[in-house]
Amino acid sequence: MLPDNLKDLIVPAALEAWDAEALAGGSHEFGETTLWVRPEKIVAVCRHLKEQLQFVRLSGLSCIDRFPMEPRFEVFYLLHSIERNERLRLKVALPGESPVVDSVVCVWAGADWYERETFDLFGVHFTGHPNLKRLMMPEGWDGHPLRKDFPIHGHKYSYQNE
Amino acid sequence: MSENGETAFTSVLEKTQEEKLPGGLRRMTLNMGPQHPSTHGVLRILLELDGEIIQKAEPDIGFLHTGIEKQAEVLGWQQVVTLTDRMDYLSNLANNLAYVLPVEKLLGLEIPPKAQWLRVMLNELSRINSHVVWLGTHCLDLGAMSMFFYCFREREDILRILEMFSGQRLMTSYIRVGGVALEPPRGWEAVLGKFVREFPAKVDEYENLLNTNPIFMQRTKGVGHVSLEKLLDLGVSGPMIRAAGLPWDIRKSEPYSSYEKFDFDIPCYPESDVYARYRVRMEEMRQSARIIEQCMAGMPEGDWKADASKVVLPDREKMKTQMEALIYHFKIVTEGFRVPAGEAYVPVESPRGEIGFHVVSDGTSKPYRVFMRTPSFGNLQCLSELFVGRLISDSIAGLGSMDFVLGDVDR
Repeated sequence: MLPDNLKDLIVPAALEAWDAEALAGGSHEFGETTLWVRPEKIVAVCRHLKEQLQFVRLSGLSCIDRFPMEPRFEVFYLLHSIERNERLRLKVALPGESPVVDSVVCVWAGADWYERETFDLFGVHFTGHPNLKRLMMPEGWDGHPLRKDFPIHGHKYSYQNE
Repeated sequence: MSENGETAFTSVLEKTQEEKLPGGLRRMTLNMGPQHPSTHGVLRILLELDGEIIQKAEPDIGFLHTGIEKQAEVLGWQQVVTLTDRMDYLSNLANNLAYVLPVEKLLGLEIPPKAQWLRVMLNELSRINSHVVWLGTHCLDLGAMSMFFYCFREREDILRILEMFSGQRLMTSYIRVGGVALEPPRGWEAVLGKFVREFPAKVDEYENLLNTNPIFMQRTKGVGHVSLEKLLDLGVSGPMIRAAGLPWDIRKSEPYSSYEKFDFDIPCYPESDVYARYRVRMEEMRQSARIIEQCMAGMPEGDWKADASKVVLPDREKMKTQMEALIYHFKIVTEGFRVPAGEAYVPVESPRGEIGFHVVSDGTSKPYRVFMRTPSFGNLQCLSELFVGRLISDSIAGLGSMDFVLGDVDR
């Protein structure tokens, strides 16, 4: 499943040995490792990485909109292990129609705001998130600004009633 | 307006009604901010109080959200540098560097040593600048007003030096893709040398003023303790982690821009309270001055821009004499340069912690997506840890010790 240049690396090899079904591919470019994870397995993979492979930090989490391609959304997780001094990027591909993925707040408490921000700006839903509300935009905002089909000019919003 | 016609403001008013608890006790909801001197910007916190003790704290951010990540998608690769200045306005050079490093990684550029040394030197200067402003405002929160004037005296010197280099005091945009923007100005060594020689004595002066101040000591020592595991779980980085006993500094662990060639220590204290964070930052200022001295002593000769005619603007002299240089200049200015498709992320140690830009290119002359992992956003998530179960006055000290910039949080 994994390309050859990833099989020599400790973390991807350990993950594949643990659950080969969870990974959907990967790449190693510019010294950075990216692993594609099946959406339904993301929480289990993250928990395994944190508890068994010392990835104690979730450095960041956000999304890439590949509109109009399908699967449209790529949610990425920037993981960091201080002990191993290693970084890892996990990716999950989600369809444009209803982008839903399990929340990883139960693994890293720090995922809270990153998932809220991604929900706010991309409209990706994280099931199991304790407080999935808009973070950056006003509560009554219509649409998700960082989507590629959201215009950069010309939105109509009234701040008068706030 | 939300769907049920309830606005954010009315919901706050409803929440402000005093809640009755059994036994005749009352719990009060208090709205702190968005305009409050101790929040250092526009941060709103909804507090639920039991007397003076905070039971619940809910931060509300986004007041300074300007859509920088969206804007970055319609600007050229080089133009995004100016946006990064406006996120964290106290350490803009670290932001510039964190943005250009992944772009240079995708382009495969080799940066000449002189540019790398200049980047390190000015980054450390802006670290001093940021810590000095933090110290002044933090002490202002704690009631030590005169520190503010001492700190801004040094800040003024630093801003003058930055102005010498870049022509700007705050929004320097000095670090560019492929090197730095301008040749160092004539006579910079004398000005910067004088500052660096005098600066350690100034830090001693600050410490002398604060460490003998009983009010400052009582309001910082043993206040705002958060365990290291909790901080790591919440994604906190930077001086707060080092004040919790973990000597993790990206400049040492994942060196970028030749940091491995400099000799400096990582200050680290195990107490994880406001006082430990203060001591870490004071020591970091001394170490930064040390790095700047090493930069000045060993500044390499040579060019300050990479040898990449398709990316870096040519010299004025070459444009007047060489046709190719004129063509490249025209191409770069009108349509920018293309970056090969790919993704890159390079972490940088900013004064506040880990900053990094996850840059995605689709091979065109504009970024496809720039995700800005900012230290203030990550650090601010431990706000309720510092608030809940503590006195309001202690939480203000804890809030200041986080050292966040709201422009960096909201982007």
